[in-house]
Amino acid sequence: MSARYDVELIAVTKRYGATVAVDDIDLRIPQRSYCCLLGPSGCGKTTTLRVIAGHETVTSGDILITDQNITNSPPAQRGTAMMFQNYALFPHLNCIDNVAFGLKMRGVRKAARYAQAREFLELTQMTAYAERLPSQLSGGQQQRIALARALVTKPKILLLDEPLSALDPFLRGRMREELKRLQNELGITFIHVTHSQEEAMALADLVVVMEGGRIQQADAPRYVFDQPKTAFVARFLGGHNLMPRDDATELAVRTDRCRLFAIDDVVQPSLPGAVSAIEYQGTRVQVTLDTDLGIRLVSHLPDEVFYGHPFQIGDRARLSWSRSDAHPVIAN
Amino acid sequence: MSTVPVAAERAALAAAPGARGRLNVARAAAHFQAAPMAMVFLCFLVFPIVAIVVVSFFDYDSVQIIPRFTLENYRELLLSKVTWETYLNTFRFAAMTWAVTLLIGFTLSYFLAFHVHSTLMRIGLSLVCTVPFWTSNIIRMISWIPFLGRNGLLNMALLRLGIIHQPLEFLLFSDFAVVLALVHLNTFFMMIPIFNSMMKIDRSLIEAARDAGARAPQILWNVVIPLSKTGIAVGSIFVIALVMGDFVTVRLMSGGQSASVGLMMANSISLLQYPAAAANAILLLFLVLGLIAGIVRSVDIRGELTGSIARARAADE
Repeated sequence: MSARYDVELIAVTKRYGATVAVDDIDLRIPQRSYCCLLGPSGCGKTTTLRVIAGHETVTSGDILITDQNITNSPPAQRGTAMMFQNYALFPHLNCIDNVAFGLKMRGVRKAARYAQAREFLELTQMTAYAERLPSQLSGGQQQRIALARALVTKPKILLLDEPLSALDPFLRGRMREELKRLQNELGITFIHVTHSQEEAMALADLVVVMEGGRIQQADAPRYVFDQPKTAFVARFLGGHNLMPRDDATELAVRTDRCRLFAIDDVVQPSLPGAVSAIEYQGTRVQVTLDTDLGIRLVSHLPDEVFYGHPFQIGDRARLSWSRSDAHPVIAN
Repeated sequence: MSTVPVAAERAALAAAPGARGRLNVARAAAHFQAAPMAMVFLCFLVFPIVAIVVVSFFDYDSVQIIPRFTLENYRELLLSKVTWETYLNTFRFAAMTWAVTLLIGFTLSYFLAFHVHSTLMRIGLSLVCTVPFWTSNIIRMISWIPFLGRNGLLNMALLRLGIIHQPLEFLLFSDFAVVLALVHLNTFFMMIPIFNSMMKIDRSLIEAARDAGARAPQILWNVVIPLSKTGIAVGSIFVIALVMGDFVTVRLMSGGQSASVGLMMANSISLLQYPAAAANAILLLFLVLGLIAGIVRSVDIRGELTGSIARARAADE
């Protein structure tokens, strides 16, 4: 019988002395999903990943992988494999020996482990570099070797620690597609730590937004963006106006759902203010409004809408939205 | 007023011959910067060795050096059985000392690099390792005598505890004592280069190895030892060169019962047979250089250096 979830975290807490890195989190990652742990630095995402990998012990709580409690198992017995942020390739071993390392440690004979390593070099399109040392490879190539090395032991879960952060933007885009393709092809769960919301949106089936050691929201990217649960999520993902309310909530409205009107137009709900900045961004125009309430709101207008009724900096204007686009979020 | 000449100078510099001239200037500057060290090497290393080589081909009698070319010094040296027995004995001391210092040095470095996590503690413990160097070599060796002697502390303690019934004779004035003193003197020189190499090992490599299923001994054998090789090679060169040239330790700790190459040379010098000592020195020099060449070749220290340069370049790209 197959497990319900590939990974389950139950009340996991990790403390370093007085500081709490991960604070009592629960998380369920369905089978064969691409999960992104997203958040600013110091939010606990990397610690969470390392705890799942077994490179850190939990202070309390349980970790289940395919329904088995592996909270205290060593890394190699969890069915996980980790790809390190700096790739951590063995500098004294050539590519094929790097890839075959895990098999060698498990006592697989030379011929067999080289055959398997070649398979994974092929999967990552690195066959031609089998005899090279890591220092003779570019960053992107090193990453492919690191990926092959992690996959060679056929893990159930692949853990990736900021895998794309060291690459230039062009390579990053290509590797992103490749990671998604590999995850699909292999049919295993990927858990990917990133601080880039764009990366998380593009890759994930499940985005887990973290802050201060806690999970703010865990949802499909569409829902995380469209229906943020907390003000932090709305701010971190961007593209939202936040307006304070009387209770402990704020109102979040997507900036591309906000429209600008002349100051004397009668529209509800709306807030009056003065245009303080206009930025042309190609497909859209970003207009910033300093409202009379003292908060700064942004409207992203399609270019033809903006140029139909252009505004100048200093103009009085009214920013309006439809009630159905406004979501109350927890202020934090 | 000066604009025209300056412009002309610039144009001249920009032209190809001017650029070549600048290159030559840069090269000359580099040579100039290297000159002080080159002079030091020339005065204190090359000249003395040349002098020794020259003297080794001179004749001598019981009172003076006779500046007349002869191969007699080398013939006597190379054809004497005593020479080769002494060399063999010295190599034996060097090998034993090397093995023991490697074991202790590696273990200490491993502990300092991987089990001590605070920098302050590391510095403190490294300083503790330098304690043997706070007194002179002679005092350090002499202080072994009351400890290891027939009626020394160790024998007395073991007798009192009933572990032995006769004083142990091999403790002092023996090969054991020689190697003990040599290890005491040289472990530090083995430890520091190894510690240096180990500190350069990226800790995520250890984690990556563990992630791949390696157990502690496998990590040691497959990751730590290969990546400490440069340090082991440098430490080995220090220890072997120092032990091969030693004469005080062997004389004192063996109680004059063991010979070493250094001792042989010291004897020649005390008999004013400088050319014979010089010939011996040249032979020792070549043998030690051969050993070092062997070590350097097997570990490829230069390859390791160029490797790190290639890595730095790859990182730049």
